[in-house]
Amino acid sequence: MVKVPVQFTLNGSEKAELIDSGATLLHALRDKIGDTSPKGGCHQGTCGACSVIIDGELRLSCLTLAETCNGAVIRTTAGLAEGGVLHPLQRAFLDAFATQCGFCTPGMIMAAKVLLDRTPNPSREEVVEALSGNICRCTGYEPIIQAVLTAARANSQNVA
Amino acid sequence: MALALQTFPTVKDANAALQAAGTRYLGGGTLVVRAANEGDVSVSSLVRATEPSLSAIAVSGGKVRLGASVTMAAIARHPELAWLAPTVRAVGGPAIRNMASVGGNLFAPAPYGDFAVALLALDANVATEDSEVPIETFLAGRDASRSIVTSVTFALPRAESFRFLKVSRVKPKGVSVLSIAALLQRIDNGTVTAARIALGCMADRPMRARAAEKALLGCRLTPDEIAPALAVANEGTTPITDPVASAWYRAEVLPVHLGRLLLE
Ligand SMILES: Cc1cc2nc3c(=O)[nH]c(=O)nc-3n(C[C@H](O)[C@H](O)[C@H](O)COP(=O)(O)OP(=O)(O)OC[C@H]3O[C@@H](n4cnc5c(N)ncnc54)[C@H](O)[C@@H]3O)c2cc1C
Ligand code: FES
Ligand code: FES
Repeated sequence: MVKVPVQFTLNGSEKAELIDSGATLLHALRDKIGDTSPKGGCHQGTCGACSVIIDGELRLSCLTLAETCNGAVIRTTAGLAEGGVLHPLQRAFLDAFATQCGFCTPGMIMAAKVLLDRTPNPSREEVVEALSGNICRCTGYEPIIQAVLTAARANSQNVA
Repeated sequence: MALALQTFPTVKDANAALQAAGTRYLGGGTLVVRAANEGDVSVSSLVRATEPSLSAIAVSGGKVRLGASVTMAAIARHPELAWLAPTVRAVGGPAIRNMASVGGNLFAPAPYGDFAVALLALDANVATEDSEVPIETFLAGRDASRSIVTSVTFALPRAESFRFLKVSRVKPKGVSVLSIAALLQRIDNGTVTAARIALGCMADRPMRARAAEKALLGCRLTPDEIAPALAVANEGTTPITDPVASAWYRAEVLPVHLGRLLLE
């Protein structure tokens, strides 16, 4: 198996790894780097559990080859809390009981983060659309949608 | 997954590497990496090209050129392609749209290929390094194609002349029961003088509804006048059967949805 060097910024830290050519970013993050926040659900692009943010865009790490991320800036849910304080989205998911088994949660939070970064005060429809690539098998979607709307309100109050 | 990826700065070099057995081009990877994840051993290596023109969108002189690596999300954001935004937003969820490329969509088997349906209605040309062919010719021969698609080009349609409809059961991102794109030229009194209608899921790849196109000529878009076109909408179709719909169902609902698109 050919090994290739890959460098990227993960949650603000520089990473340099030797990765099997053709390995997915999901594999690199979880098994090489030890960031297990992106989850491997379907490995088919369907569930969204592996969603991460690459150069500001939501992407599926199970379908992204790690070596195509050379030089990229990658964000995962593991890097959201700052100084031990949860990100408003993480707080809202906890408070709104939007997390049952928690497997979909990191992907949901990444999808919601991209939305709130671009649209700080989204409508319910915009939240539904933003989360439409993410499947939750146990919580049900309503508490998740409410959590995102609550985080948006918390954000706008902080800004104001 | 025993894949090896080779990255080339030029299409020319990537094309040369693509000729090796077991080698496929890597677009956004939403289908080809998925296949590898599922254990498809027919792919042993992937190549990609990073030539900037592959990711460029150009709208000028009444023409649109989309590089093959342009994503659905990039089209949705482009100010001069706002009329195409509803079409590309019908492809997958947000993360898929950030990855799904124009080139990859041309190869996507039904029920995928919604954007290729639009390109077929738009009478696009598909370019490779050394040729440019009408999209219909391209789609017919795509299984044997061994060249990197570099771009698609089409004439910018007049406002209101392009229509697109994706029918799905799960909103907002289910796969297609069927998709329909239409490019209609009409004169002042509303009479149709030219029509191109493309269908998705009504065969293994996007196809034209030629009988319906012909029947629309000289009609105005009223329920009575389009009835003959709807009656022949299924001519030449061989719809797919998959978990979202049977071939029978697709054939039953095609005239209903074509009618809605034409009367909208
Ligand atoms: C969960 C999910 C939902 C989806 N929903 C939709 C949907 O609603 N509508 C829809 O149309 N599609 C959908 N798709 C399918 C797919 O995402 C799109 O069709 C997409 O446009 C494919 O592009 P890609 O760049 O990802 O293709 P890739 O996976 O990179 O490539 C697909 C095939 O095309 C070949 N190829 C790619 N680019 C080129 C090129 N430039 N030259 C030569 N060959 C090339 C590859 O070698 C491969 O054989 C979905 C996929 C997933 C996983
Ligand atoms: S694991 Fe990537 S989408 Fe399901
Ligand atoms: S909380 Fe269990 S899948 Fe969503």
